[in-house]
Amino acid sequence: MAILSKEEAQAILKKVLSYSKADSCELSLSGSDGGNIRYARNAVSTAGQISVMDLAVSATFGKKTGVATINEFDDASLQKVVKRAEELAMLAPENPEFMPLLGPQTFQESATYNAKTAAITPDTRAEMVGKSLQVSKAANLEAAGFLENSTRFNAIMNSKGLFAYNKGTDVSFSVTVRNQAGTGSGYIEQGFNELDKMDTLTLSKIAAAKATGSAAAKAIEPGKYTVILEPLAASDMLGNMFRGFDARSADEGRSFMSKKGGGTRLGEQLFSENVNIYSDPMNPEIPSATWTGDGLPVKRTQWVENGVVKNLAYSRYWAGQKGVEPVPFSRSIVLEGGTQSLEDLIKSTEKGILVTRFWYIRSVDPQTLLLTGLTRDGTFYIENGEIKFPVKNFRFNESPVIMLNNVEALGKPVRTGSGMIPPMKIRDFTFTSLSDAV
Amino acid sequence: MTGVGLGASMVQSMPLFGKEITIEEALTPVDVALKKRMADVALNAARAKGATYADVRIGRYLNQVIATREKQVQNIANSESYGMGVRVVAFGSWGFAATNNLDNDSIARAAEMAVAIAKGNAKLLTEPVQLAPQQGFGEVTWKTPLEINAFEVPIPDKVELLLGVNNEALKGGAKYVNSNLFMVNEQKYFASTDGSYIDQDIQRIWPTFTVTGIDPAGGKFETRNALSSPMGMGFEYLTPKDSEKIKGGPVTMYKKRYDMLEDVREATAHVAEKLKAKPVDPGKYDLVLDPTHLFLTIHESVGHPTELDRVLGYEANYAGTSFLTLDKWESKQFNFGSKAVNVIADKTEPGSLGAVGYDDEGVKCGNWDIIKDGILVNYQTIRDQAHILGLKASQACCYADSWQSIQFQRMPNVSLAPGKIPLSAAEMVKNVEKGIYMFGRNSYSIDQQRYNFQFSAQLAYEIKDGQIGGMLKDASYQSNTQEFWNSCTQLCDQNDYRLGGTFADGKGQPGQVSAVSHGSATTRFNGVNVINTGRKLG
Repeated sequence: MAILSKEEAQAILKKVLSYSKADSCELSLSGSDGGNIRYARNAVSTAGQISVMDLAVSATFGKKTGVATINEFDDASLQKVVKRAEELAMLAPENPEFMPLLGPQTFQESATYNAKTAAITPDTRAEMVGKSLQVSKAANLEAAGFLENSTRFNAIMNSKGLFAYNKGTDVSFSVTVRNQAGTGSGYIEQGFNELDKMDTLTLSKIAAAKATGSAAAKAIEPGKYTVILEPLAASDMLGNMFRGFDARSADEGRSFMSKKGGGTRLGEQLFSENVNIYSDPMNPEIPSATWTGDGLPVKRTQWVENGVVKNLAYSRYWAGQKGVEPVPFSRSIVLEGGTQSLEDLIKSTEKGILVTRFWYIRSVDPQTLLLTGLTRDGTFYIENGEIKFPVKNFRFNESPVIMLNNVEALGKPVRTGSGMIPPMKIRDFTFTSLSDAV
Repeated sequence: MTGVGLGASMVQSMPLFGKEITIEEALTPVDVALKKRMADVALNAARAKGATYADVRIGRYLNQVIATREKQVQNIANSESYGMGVRVVAFGSWGFAATNNLDNDSIARAAEMAVAIAKGNAKLLTEPVQLAPQQGFGEVTWKTPLEINAFEVPIPDKVELLLGVNNEALKGGAKYVNSNLFMVNEQKYFASTDGSYIDQDIQRIWPTFTVTGIDPAGGKFETRNALSSPMGMGFEYLTPKDSEKIKGGPVTMYKKRYDMLEDVREATAHVAEKLKAKPVDPGKYDLVLDPTHLFLTIHESVGHPTELDRVLGYEANYAGTSFLTLDKWESKQFNFGSKAVNVIADKTEPGSLGAVGYDDEGVKCGNWDIIKDGILVNYQTIRDQAHILGLKASQACCYADSWQSIQFQRMPNVSLAPGKIPLSAAEMVKNVEKGIYMFGRNSYSIDQQRYNFQFSAQLAYEIKDGQIGGMLKDASYQSNTQEFWNSCTQLCDQNDYRLGGTFADGKGQPGQVSAVSHGSATTRFNGVNVINTGRKLG
């Protein structure tokens, strides 16, 4: 029941729309079907299978909007949820920012669905985890990990005739491998739309090698260092920055994208010249839905070109206020790089720190986007192009904006989360203290 | 963002997401006799398939969110989630399944599925589950003590309060203001093969705001968040009372009654002052930490490392492990903090977010020492962990954020006991030569074993020769947990004791949230390293 076809979703939404008495009505139907398995101390701890479907109804009279949601789909429940949304709309004050609904739109067909991923069973998951446990047990290490997969669909329809549907799959895996003495720890995480790309055995071996390699780390003085960030570490820093590409908060003067004296930094050289960032839901490595929740088509968008800010995201309301076209954001972000591998970046480094992963990143100052956090699960000292020894974890205080002004080299992007992120060599990265954590 | 998008994102930021219902329906609990019948169907089906233990949670979770900015309401939403989770021990292993289809066949199938999953997991078992003994309580009930049920307060009254808050900020010169009110009602029914049938009705409330001030010429902005706390209370929390205020310092502080209009007026003035504040000189300072700030430091540096599942490695792949390893506890002399430091775990304190009658595996709640005179003496445990510490019973720390989530070990209220010698915050400040007085939570980050942390505050005031001076900006303190708690020299008394807390403490995979309070009085820490976090963008 949870995964409806385009036609099934369309039929339910049409029926719901027929119950609406509001001036305008917007519907969003989504469902997911999936499962997970969790393990720790080299044994499975919990496992589950979850199937859910929800309908959200947004009803508007004039500029008064009410939202109601339901997870039951008999006719009486569907009529009830429409009525509730309409009752709430009557209670709500006028929303001056209400935007008239979009009419029919044309969307590209996404490539988010994979039949093999959709066919994963609890046994498949157990087998994949079994491979990971083989690695840790054979090496006398201890693993804790999580494997999860889902098939999901989303559909929207409104009273102006707009309809959009998307179906997708994903499978994600992460594992932390530690040595028995608790002095070394390694980690890996990976997600794909396609099951065939997921290799829990190889991934677990990488985590295990890091656990062994990071044991007995030496303390070195905190300070400014050239760092090589593995794509996962780089991605966590940049995720915090991408959320700031919002025109409204920049115009309102409360973002690192705000310009002194008013306005935004659109068109300014904000990063090093070798920084190019775009998003594209049709990128085959990182496919995502080609429409937003309010029905705007999502297309390839260049955000940064040769270090210059080329676009900020505009909601339909804010675009109207500023007399520009709306620009939706996309999760399929690509930070372009070169052809060098992580190993190549290490080889070209005279003195530096290799960071596997960052942890507990929090905003310190939204004005400068200063972030703090710590290294975790494998941090290494590099000298004369070689990894010399593991080092104790550091706390950092650094801004991704400053970081992207200090880019020495960018390697070949790989899928990291929902984006393509390269390993990076960054100079003058600020570590402020040491941590005893392993 | 349209209504659907905004509504969904607002509701999803709440602990649970479910179907929308009217208040009248929401406030009528499901008939307890029906819940008992449904629970028995599940327990019997599980036993018939070979479960040696089973428990059932029938949950009805209601949320209400009202969100505003400046002069407009962004969202009003009521939601409900209703269903059942069945957990079993079979073949020595745990199994779990959940359903929102509550006819007898579906309930029995869920119970059978839980046993089947336990059987599957048993193949990869290293040690069979050992449950601490637990008596059955028969049919019992518990309710959050309330004066005013927040769900019964008309929506227009709540909207008027929030828009009134925004109006005060705009009138005072703020450029932007957001205010929100979150309300949660968990109607939970628990039954187990131990013979308990426990019906509980739990309420929580959280009013909050953010005031933003802009200096366009300087290209600067500053914010100040509400100094309210999420509470395990009704709408009475929002009825101001002079006897629940502490005045006389640079900031008005609130105990169990919050004056949102007064706080937003102060916040608006604070934002203007923050825009002109002096950057902190980095160095060692004596910190005077108000409970509105200290609660989060307690949460991160005492609450999390004393979770036994973290200590044992069950959270290694996500939240991390803990530096408070079992050998430190076994030694009975691990010096966690100075002798002044006494930390109590508690699931009963009135008004706290963690207060319930029984936990989510049917254990009656109580309190116990975690740190006694500076020494680590205990952890937080559930039934399948108690034997590891040689305990005869669980400490009732089991919680699931939904009927469809598996219950596991979650933090009780973990609070710092106030000082026994009479002392007010004003008196404490008088003896500080070079210090910083901090209020409110801001940035917080700590490593995965809970050694190294960095925190900052909503408000930081310079203290010089016993006098409170101007506001400081860009001040964060960085320390090591054990070093920090050993630098604790003085605590204000019970009259200054207040609860802080969070609605959404995250843990587990898939992630679950829980609400937890941390009480303390204003507390002094000597010689803590403060850094300046100011930077310039090109």
